[in-house]
Amino acid sequence: MMFKLGALIMHPASKFVLLALALIFPLLAGVENEYQVQVMAKAFIIIIAVYGFNVITGFCGQLNLAHGGFYAIGAYTVALLTVDAGWNYWPALVAALVVTGVLGFLVGAVSLRLKEHYFAIFTLCVGFIIYLLIEKWDWLTHGVIGVRNISEPDGFGIVNFRETNAMYYLVLFFMTFIIWFTSRIQKSLVGRTFIAIRNGDDLAQSLGINLMKTKILAFVISTTYAGLAGGLYAGMIRVVGPEEANVLQTFNMIMYMLVGGIGTLFGPLVGTLGVTWITETLQFLEAYRMLIFGPLLVVLVIFFPLGICGSFLTWMHRKAQALGLGPKKAQTQSKVKASGQEANNNA
Amino acid sequence: MLKVEHLTKMFGGLAAVNDVSVDFGANQINAIIGPNGAGKSTFFNLISGVHQPTSGRILLDGQDVTTMRCDHVAKLGVGRTFQTTNLFETATVLDNLIVGYRLRTRSGLWDVLINSKRLQAEEKAAREKAREALDFVGLTHAENRYIADCTQEERKRVAFALALATDPKIVLLDEPAAGVNPEETEGLAALMKKMVKNGLTVCLIEHKMDMIMGIADKIMVLDHGEKIAEGTPEEVKNNPVVIEAYLGSDHDAAA
Repeated sequence: MMFKLGALIMHPASKFVLLALALIFPLLAGVENEYQVQVMAKAFIIIIAVYGFNVITGFCGQLNLAHGGFYAIGAYTVALLTVDAGWNYWPALVAALVVTGVLGFLVGAVSLRLKEHYFAIFTLCVGFIIYLLIEKWDWLTHGVIGVRNISEPDGFGIVNFRETNAMYYLVLFFMTFIIWFTSRIQKSLVGRTFIAIRNGDDLAQSLGINLMKTKILAFVISTTYAGLAGGLYAGMIRVVGPEEANVLQTFNMIMYMLVGGIGTLFGPLVGTLGVTWITETLQFLEAYRMLIFGPLLVVLVIFFPLGICGSFLTWMHRKAQALGLGPKKAQTQSKVKASGQEANNNA
Repeated sequence: MLKVEHLTKMFGGLAAVNDVSVDFGANQINAIIGPNGAGKSTFFNLISGVHQPTSGRILLDGQDVTTMRCDHVAKLGVGRTFQTTNLFETATVLDNLIVGYRLRTRSGLWDVLINSKRLQAEEKAAREKAREALDFVGLTHAENRYIADCTQEERKRVAFALALATDPKIVLLDEPAAGVNPEETEGLAALMKKMVKNGLTVCLIEHKMDMIMGIADKIMVLDHGEKIAEGTPEEVKNNPVVIEAYLGSDHDAAA
């Protein structure tokens, strides 16, 4: 019974159902409930950043604690270019991608020479330096005051991105693209190369993989995702401050990834949405909601270290094996919602 | 095939490998034995490019690979397994093997974005290579099994298959039979013979003497980083220096 339900979730069509639900969400929420649409759109933006985190940490195994910093750099690039330099939003967004990509390359080229904990500690410092730069570099970043009146994405025709719904659909479009692109990476030889590095540097290089080149590629992909998320955030909220670069941002993203399932394709989506809505529902408890949240997280990490998606996929796979389903059948089931390893196992 | 000349590796003041010269012939099973800490694994690391030697030369089919980086050496046809192989536990056996052929492919991120013909062709080739390797080690039936659900012996075979998927000329096996029972050890020995029969050259480090003496064409004995003996299993078995290294002599016992 549970297995049948699981198979239904993993059916190729369910991703379209999911997309359709996302498309009609603003209608369901109703006109008076703009707030919920806003919360959802913000969650989608974070999801984009978490997908980036998942590429470098989930796939490639390098815990990059500067990720929130790159998110802030993306937001500030759009903010400063539109407010101080008078650019339009769209070229500023492209610039944000370029800036975070290039900075990602430079930071990666230095930091990825370090391994494991040393890399994590180094990037933690990089993240903090980014925060300090944004806060202290007054003439460039407006310091603690932050940047206000950022221009929204230029609309076209009747589309005006000052409206929450229009912005929601724009963000949904980018998020869908990012998920699609990530799934392509994960299933491809490029993604397999990342995963080989996560399994171990020694084995990966004995398989002829150029460690540095591959790690930098993963790093640049992840920082560019973060830059995109930051740029969208600046366009939607239209105010940014140094707090965007707070290390807490990074740790929140780690939490989303762990809850959803690190290294799985749909983990960042499930984790971010899940935690965001639990947080929203528990809003009335104010600070006390951590009393519920903390134990919940501990239980999850102890009993489901693979996260929601990881545990689900593992359970489904074992069940399918136990039931002796032929490769053919398992293939159609696992093709869609599965993380790459699942999706490719029988093709 | 693999020729090593006066190879030395110093770690600080310690010579892990000290002036070792050896010539491993093609299409043979070459074994490296020695007590713990003799420098066997370091020797492998030097050949495969993980460590750079302090001095000496390494020639692969006449080509100097002494200062080459690990991934270049792998591309030239040196496959390798480790004492412990860390694989993707919650992925299937086949999925773990596909990346083995990566070094013979060229697709990059751009190919992924546009789903290029090249990427499709290369992924197909990688998949076929993985299946071929899996078939070779006799694990086709376990293709869809998670690594986490595999036995120790199956993991060893998967590790072999991963090395074979890189299309090597020579494979370096670091303690391939550690932690498996005698019956399974025989199976792995048969697999190594099969590799040689298929044109590969095998180099292995092993502590299981029964197996080594049964299958090796040539044995090199290392002790404290130095080569103390070399020859056929018969010669090595009766060499007094080797016996001393393993069992200790009266002199050692007295001191």
